[in-house]
Amino acid sequence: MRIELIKRPQRSALFSVLSPFIAFVLTMIAGAVLFALLGVNPFSAFEIYFVEPVSQVWQLHELAIKAAPLILIAVGLSVCYRANIWNIGAEGQFIFGAIFGSIIPVLFPGFEGPLVLPLMLLLAMFGGALYASIPALLKTRFSTNEILTSLMLVYVAQLFLDWMVRGPWRDPQSHGFPQTIQFGDSAVLPELMPDAGRANWGFVFALVAAVLVWLMMSRMLKGFEVRVLGSSPRAGRFAGFGFSRMVFFAFLLSGALAGLAGISEVSGAIGQLQPVISPGYGFTAIIVAFLGRLNPLGIVAAGLVLALTYLGGEAVQSALGISDKVARVFQGMLLFFVLGCDTLIHYRIRLVGLALTKPNGAADLEAAPKLEEAR
Amino acid sequence: MDITVNILLTIATAATPLLIAAIGELVVERSGVLNLGVEGMMIMGAVGGFGAGYLTGSPWIGLLAAIIVGALFSLLFAVMTLSLATNQVATGLSLTLLGLGLSGMIGTSFVGQPGVRLPNLDIPGISSIPVVGRLIFGQDPVFYISIALTAAVMWFLFKTRTGLTLRSIGDSHTSAHALGIKVIRYRYLSVIFGGACAGLAGGHLSLVYTPQWVENMSAGRGWIALALVVFASWRPWRVLAGAYIFGAVWIGQLHAQAFGIPVPSQFLSSLPYLATIVVLVLISRNKRLTMMNTPASLGQPFVPDR
Amino acid sequence: MGGTVSANHDGANLLEVRGLTKIFGTLTACNHIDLNIARGEIHALLGENGAGKSTLVKMLFGSLEPNAGEIFWDGMPVKITSPGVAKKLGIGMVFQHFSLFEALTAAENIALSLNDGSPISTIAAKARALSFSYGLPLDPESLVGDLSVGERQRIEIIRCLLQTPQLIILDEPTSVLTPQEADKLFETLERLRSEGKSILYISHRLEEVKRICDHATVLRHGKVVGHCNPRQETAASLARMMVGSEVKAVVRAPAEGIDTAPALLEIRGLTRKPATPFAIPLKNINLAVRAGEVIGIAGVAGNGQGEFFESVSGEVLQQDAGSVRIRGKDAGGLSITGRRLMGAAFVPEERLGHGAAPRMKLSENLLLSRHATDGKAFVGSGGMVKNGAVYSAAQRIITAMDVRKSAPDPEAAALSGGNLQKFIVGRELDRKPSVMVVNQPTWGVDAGAAAHIRQALIELARSGSAVLVISQDLDELFELSDAIAVMHNGELSTPLPIAEATFEKVGLLMGGAEPGHAEHSLEVA
Repeated sequence: MRIELIKRPQRSALFSVLSPFIAFVLTMIAGAVLFALLGVNPFSAFEIYFVEPVSQVWQLHELAIKAAPLILIAVGLSVCYRANIWNIGAEGQFIFGAIFGSIIPVLFPGFEGPLVLPLMLLLAMFGGALYASIPALLKTRFSTNEILTSLMLVYVAQLFLDWMVRGPWRDPQSHGFPQTIQFGDSAVLPELMPDAGRANWGFVFALVAAVLVWLMMSRMLKGFEVRVLGSSPRAGRFAGFGFSRMVFFAFLLSGALAGLAGISEVSGAIGQLQPVISPGYGFTAIIVAFLGRLNPLGIVAAGLVLALTYLGGEAVQSALGISDKVARVFQGMLLFFVLGCDTLIHYRIRLVGLALTKPNGAADLEAAPKLEEAR
Repeated sequence: MDITVNILLTIATAATPLLIAAIGELVVERSGVLNLGVEGMMIMGAVGGFGAGYLTGSPWIGLLAAIIVGALFSLLFAVMTLSLATNQVATGLSLTLLGLGLSGMIGTSFVGQPGVRLPNLDIPGISSIPVVGRLIFGQDPVFYISIALTAAVMWFLFKTRTGLTLRSIGDSHTSAHALGIKVIRYRYLSVIFGGACAGLAGGHLSLVYTPQWVENMSAGRGWIALALVVFASWRPWRVLAGAYIFGAVWIGQLHAQAFGIPVPSQFLSSLPYLATIVVLVLISRNKRLTMMNTPASLGQPFVPDR
Repeated sequence: MGGTVSANHDGANLLEVRGLTKIFGTLTACNHIDLNIARGEIHALLGENGAGKSTLVKMLFGSLEPNAGEIFWDGMPVKITSPGVAKKLGIGMVFQHFSLFEALTAAENIALSLNDGSPISTIAAKARALSFSYGLPLDPESLVGDLSVGERQRIEIIRCLLQTPQLIILDEPTSVLTPQEADKLFETLERLRSEGKSILYISHRLEEVKRICDHATVLRHGKVVGHCNPRQETAASLARMMVGSEVKAVVRAPAEGIDTAPALLEIRGLTRKPATPFAIPLKNINLAVRAGEVIGIAGVAGNGQGEFFESVSGEVLQQDAGSVRIRGKDAGGLSITGRRLMGAAFVPEERLGHGAAPRMKLSENLLLSRHATDGKAFVGSGGMVKNGAVYSAAQRIITAMDVRKSAPDPEAAALSGGNLQKFIVGRELDRKPSVMVVNQPTWGVDAGAAAHIRQALIELARSGSAVLVISQDLDELFELSDAIAVMHNGELSTPLPIAEATFEKVGLLMGGAEPGHAEHSLEVA
């Protein structure tokens, strides 16, 4: 059997909307097979995975806590990917944002007041952007591949954080635990509704960032610039848009948002720096960005879905004794199916059986009956 | 003297998986496909190899399983990018993410289990010759495979008609298609070859280098292999040289940590990654060399008219 | 599969095509095509851009599969399922957009299509021998990326001949040649005919079809509209058959007072090093385009025209700010946006991906080149795009240029070449620029649209603007220009006033034969 793609004259509006949903359904089917292979009843597993983690209000808060960094990072990445710039080092920018944002609470614990948090957030955004400027600089200055450099910097950032919390920034009273001191009260991101659950202002930052970036991408000249340079760089140059400037813009913006996500996580959810502060948010956000079709509003929805896969992973681990790595598997599968379904937007798919490959005959028109779009 | 030989031996062991994975990716990229899933295929090979070796007790079966798992995993990428014309960068990334997750899940029960190790080659009499004997005749079998593979790929790409065809597809898939060359078929085979190589490299990690299963044990080696291909400007012998330089960096920082050099171990550990960046910058500065050798259709999806 | 021509199975015809049909989505590119090619004839396939010629020959060569129809080879029905099958039958093809590999040598390129497994050195020797016997000199060891377009075509021809085909298909072969090189090609074709080979010669150039072809099949909108003997027709009657109606001739009003008019675009000593390994360096180019005149730049593709356009437009900046001057001011250091703000407008060669973003709407493509010059009209406070204003401006251009489209604001890629080109040219004309630089204004455009665009360019000039047209199409340049300069190997000749210019003179310059030029021996001796 052979798959043939037939180009559509215009992109399909129908499949632009449908493709993430088809992908989600396909992921569910594959997930059911996976659970069955692990010897678990798929239906009860699904309930534990997807329903139970969000059946109570405090759990929705947990969902928001997980979704906030994913959305923040993915919104920034969507600008990069729209511009055809491949920043995959958001995990490192997240870490550097967290480190920069922690300068005040760790080094100046005596400094308190309402100024502390805004300064921390700004420092974090600066730190994330600064770290993201390295691959941007290397790309514009030496045309170095940004995929590889931004990824290598993730490993470096992880090791650097590890050194910080074991070395210079370790809490002397931690009894040897690798961690900084607990942040003071004015350095902790407040919870939104302390009576209902733990969700903090990070989620609000995520929503605001999504709306602002959506406005920029869909209504502003800057967004047009991003889209032109990403889809046809030559036309972008003809328009007078500078590619180097765009590389910096996209990297700095996504770095700043990743940095903001980093400090929100540390100051909101964790309360101190540790050797590991992210369960791979920076990479999962790549999936979020694509699942949200690189549209900031879609990314909000996608971020909630992916956050659920984290919670579900923890739930099946405690309830069924399955490794919480199953969450990563779900995420990976989802991205695969999303990318595959996106093909439907620009192409119709025709399945051609081997027996039918007699391409020169008139019969071939009918030989591929309505298998098109059968996926 | 013995220490030097030992260090050289470990450099070879560290360089071998990089070399194999990079040689595989080189063939893939020469055909015009950019597969960023090397890390994912490698870690799948590692877990598959360890699992099969652990369950059967035979490291050879483990090695074979690593190759097969890597190849099968790459098939996923091939179907997506070649048959469905998805974005190669995004698909490769997702292959890596899926591989890291899947291997972690599969490997949960292997954590802490004793593995099997592929024995070193031992030719009585010859292997015991001082220095040369152990360096050349006393290595693990995969070392010899890696060297043979490099030579074979060099010969294949530049001395055979099929290799010429493969390179032509990487240069212009539209021209190749117009001449009646089966672009998609060649690319499928290349991608699967790359997957098998990455799987073998992973198998080397879990059956030779550190015969056990540790989550994320590939530790970015797949990405470094990708960088090596760029560094080598798509030439096999330069991949060989690059892999050994990186093996040396990797071993060098380990030994430096062991000797207690007064530099935080984290800084030493980050050396291979920083070295990768430095090397990429150095090679990118020579624009003519890069442009002359980069397969012109690299990373572009190909959908033939019909 | 009823055709208009009765089937002839007596074996006199090498190739017969009955009712061949190809449908792309909603477009019927070839609609029940009938075609007979006899042994030892040069058969012309005539038609406008977009008439379906390339689609037809791709089906004959196995690159595309037909939806319906039959093909007979030597009287036997055949299915040509791949180029490999076509080659085995004895069909060879010289592509319009060459199917060559730039990073490989000529010999390797030839080897790739032979599939006989003989060593490259043997193939190189064969190619060299064959190339000498046909007078098409070729160095098999050279990298294709380093070769000129004419040399590349020679590789294509040699590669085709080495397969000893019975039928050779040439798709618009002279579009990349100088008139003198074309003469040489015709000699080769006549020799092949005398050897009993058949040739399917695809062209829209009527004079050369009349000169060398024995029969002609004319296509229009995917259908065969006539078979004829081109020698018995006039160029005008052939054109009528091709286009279906009289094409309005372009009117070039006499230019008055140009000599005293100010130069709005000046190029002074423009020099540029090659940016990529295969790029052409520009060498000391000087040119002035005055208000009211159209200057044409002729030249074979790949002689530096693209590099020149980039430099003039500001997509690439110059070291010396004075090397490009617009309306009397230095512009060499300004970006394309800066040059537009000085009153210049540009139309690049490539429509999709350079002049327009394929997957964006026409209104967005309007913004592409005008977001700065019409900043007040199109972009509001805070960088918000005024979509309404942009949309109505796009509609104004669509009406003015008679752009035919299927939706109110379609994606650029959904338009035919001619209609998109009308929009892209119209987008710039709408600004009434005082300097207009156009690269290949009507490449791949149908005759009606081409006439429309050419007339609009002349009228822009006569209204007081300076127009610079870069084109490979000599007919077009002679129709448009008040003077013609020739670009060869990165150098530009002094412009010949149109009254003194002839095809032969310009053709010789295109081959590199200007006294001022460095010693470039004529490739066509």
